[in-house]
Amino acid sequence: MVSVCFYFQVHQPERVRDYSVFEVGKSSDYFFSHKNREILERIAKKCYLPTNAIMLELLNKHAEFKVSYSFTGILLDQLERFAPKVMQSFQKLADTGKVEILDETYYHSLAFMYSKKEFTEQVRMHNRKIKSLFSQSPKVFRNTELTYNNGLAAEAEKMGYKAMLAEGADRILGWRSPNFVYKPVSANIKLLLKNYRLSDDIAFRFSNHDWKEWPLTAEKFAGWVGKVNGNGNCVNLFMDYETFGEHQWPVTGIFNFLRALPREILKHPDNDFKTPSETAKSYKASGEIDVPEIISWADVERDLSAWTGNRMQQAALQKIYEIEGQVKKSGSKKLLQDWRKLQASDHFYYMCTKWFNDGDVHKYFNPYDSPYDAFIAYMNILGDIKLRLEKMRKASVAA
Amino acid sequence: MNVLMFGWEFPPFNSGGLGTACYGLTRGLSREGAKVTFVIPRNANADYGFLKLIAANIKVKLLGVKSALNAYATSQDYAEQLANVKSKADAAFYIYGRNLFEEVERYAKKAAEIAAEEPHEVIHAHEWLTFKAGIAAKKVSGKPLIVHVHATEFDRTGGTGLNQRVYDIERAGMHAADAVIAVSNYTKNKIVQHYGISPDKVSVVHNAIDAERNASQISSKSGKTVLYLGRVTLQKGPDYFIEAAKRVLEKEPDARFIVAGSGDMEGKVIEKAARLGISDKVFFTGFLRKHDIAKAYSMASLYVMPSVSEPFGLTPLEAAINRTPVLISKQSGVSEVFKNCLRVDFWNIDEMANKIIAVLRHNELQQSLTENGYSEVSAMSWNNAARKCVQIYSSLLK
Repeated sequence: MVSVCFYFQVHQPERVRDYSVFEVGKSSDYFFSHKNREILERIAKKCYLPTNAIMLELLNKHAEFKVSYSFTGILLDQLERFAPKVMQSFQKLADTGKVEILDETYYHSLAFMYSKKEFTEQVRMHNRKIKSLFSQSPKVFRNTELTYNNGLAAEAEKMGYKAMLAEGADRILGWRSPNFVYKPVSANIKLLLKNYRLSDDIAFRFSNHDWKEWPLTAEKFAGWVGKVNGNGNCVNLFMDYETFGEHQWPVTGIFNFLRALPREILKHPDNDFKTPSETAKSYKASGEIDVPEIISWADVERDLSAWTGNRMQQAALQKIYEIEGQVKKSGSKKLLQDWRKLQASDHFYYMCTKWFNDGDVHKYFNPYDSPYDAFIAYMNILGDIKLRLEKMRKASVAA
Repeated sequence: MNVLMFGWEFPPFNSGGLGTACYGLTRGLSREGAKVTFVIPRNANADYGFLKLIAANIKVKLLGVKSALNAYATSQDYAEQLANVKSKADAAFYIYGRNLFEEVERYAKKAAEIAAEEPHEVIHAHEWLTFKAGIAAKKVSGKPLIVHVHATEFDRTGGTGLNQRVYDIERAGMHAADAVIAVSNYTKNKIVQHYGISPDKVSVVHNAIDAERNASQISSKSGKTVLYLGRVTLQKGPDYFIEAAKRVLEKEPDARFIVAGSGDMEGKVIEKAARLGISDKVFFTGFLRKHDIAKAYSMASLYVMPSVSEPFGLTPLEAAINRTPVLISKQSGVSEVFKNCLRVDFWNIDEMANKIIAVLRHNELQQSLTENGYSEVSAMSWNNAARKCVQIYSSLLK
């Protein structure tokens, strides 16, 4: 028996604008509202709406077909404001009863590494948001950028989750296969690992004409999944939802591929689809996984270097988290929300200098000309936040 | 392959980037196996001892032609230079030409003689002052002519008050040439747009830098020092630098600004600093010699090149090699090949100031720009540029 377990990540940050040092103390309007809205509307049109329509069609057509999603809180907020139709279409999917929603941090943050308190608060916020929108209480947790380590698993168990998702990185698996359910060495929950080869065949290689398997058909892909029979229980296909229609354009045939995939996979009588909760419940842990260092699903390194690898990123992260106490003490809801939005990992990703010389991957949805510009705008904004804190402190002393 | 090359300056007697560029390119060409005969108008300061030495080192043969041509000269500069000639000996030197255009004609005449004597398969002429020489050489030998555009009259004048005669010579040279080399896409666009040259005829060969020659060992950064280094002329945007300085000082009163270089706008720029009330924060050094240039870079927290129109711009690469962060105007060719620096539109004073302040305030930014800029520029070499030139030569000889 092989269970295909789909999980799609749905996230868009609230990017900050080119905030100048001369605005500090004069404007506390940091976010690139019209640009964020424009990007969101474009993605809605190219990806969310058409892909959701196909998903609904597939869920209705194939009784066995199931999928899961993880939405960030900031994405859901933006959908509510700018694209209510998209929100309704996601809710419709959830209403089929065959769609599981996962939990993560509300603000797509790296808070776990910098403040456990903030991390917990953001996860709780997220949990409440999902309950109110989808009437589900998530039982499976995934952290921002699929970051994971032993400590995170222990924390997830403490918070009541039954399973976590992580990257099936070679260095944590060794000779073992991602196609089994595992258990973290540090917690009594299940661990589902991404099959990055098969996931990336769809997410990255699908339209690559130089790839020897191009063009990839649903039939061929189902054949690869079928081969796991006898040496694995599950095939965990984890990817960004924007794969459909945005990263892979309609002309690549991605939508036809998606439409045909459940049928092709179900042709094999030993195959089925399971949600992460079902996968975790159905299969015994076939071993323990020990991950002392943080891993992620990013780049070839599969580490945190895209967010925390350079000095600018480290400085920005340190400065945003060092004011946590003051921000929370201030009692200002607006300030707290701004501070939290500034924790989104995307802001630090834009400061990444790793492949800046050759341009490429990190350009996607990136509003800045350079990582240096991203850093400058961010630090200016932090300057303004500090000024706001200072003003509030003085006001409270005066009162 | 024998290349007959016409230039008008060669290190160490540079007043601009052209001599440096010619030096780097010819050295790269010799590594590619090309034999270059480099012709320059003989400078008053040049002696054959020096010329022979250079020729030995880089396998370039230097031939001198008597002339008062100077790098990046404008007609106005030249008139001033003549007015300053005092001694009779100097005057004797200068009688060869009453003005720049006569010098250009004389150079062309001499070029025809040289072309008849020096064996060559291609002719390569740098900058408008040598274009007539290139055309004259081509008439004699019938070999293909390549004109290399390091700047156009539109860059030198900022687009206003073009000198028609200079423009005409530039245009005639480009039209007479079998191929045109532009130092950037930025310059290629100007050539296509303003000189009526088909884009197919224009190849882009970006300038480069040879790291080992430029690296400075000294690093003496302290305080908040912002450096402008270059000719103080309209094209280089020194006035925008002063206006940005004013804005920076509103937020960072401890910042200091150095204007290193001389030029026709010096007086105006000094006056402007005074009018803005920042004279005590802006220091004018006048023209700097090579050794002092390296020192200036190594002292600076940031090097700013605010050019209004910069066909290429070698100084940002020199600054980076000397481990100094760089801020450049987007209106420059160098911004096409150098990524690890800050970029602004030259007219955007507030944004320029915003970025200067960020570098002065955030050590992490300063260090990242320094390290990434250094490693990016270290990997550059004139060999690629030379290789492209050889390809262009070969395509013309087919």
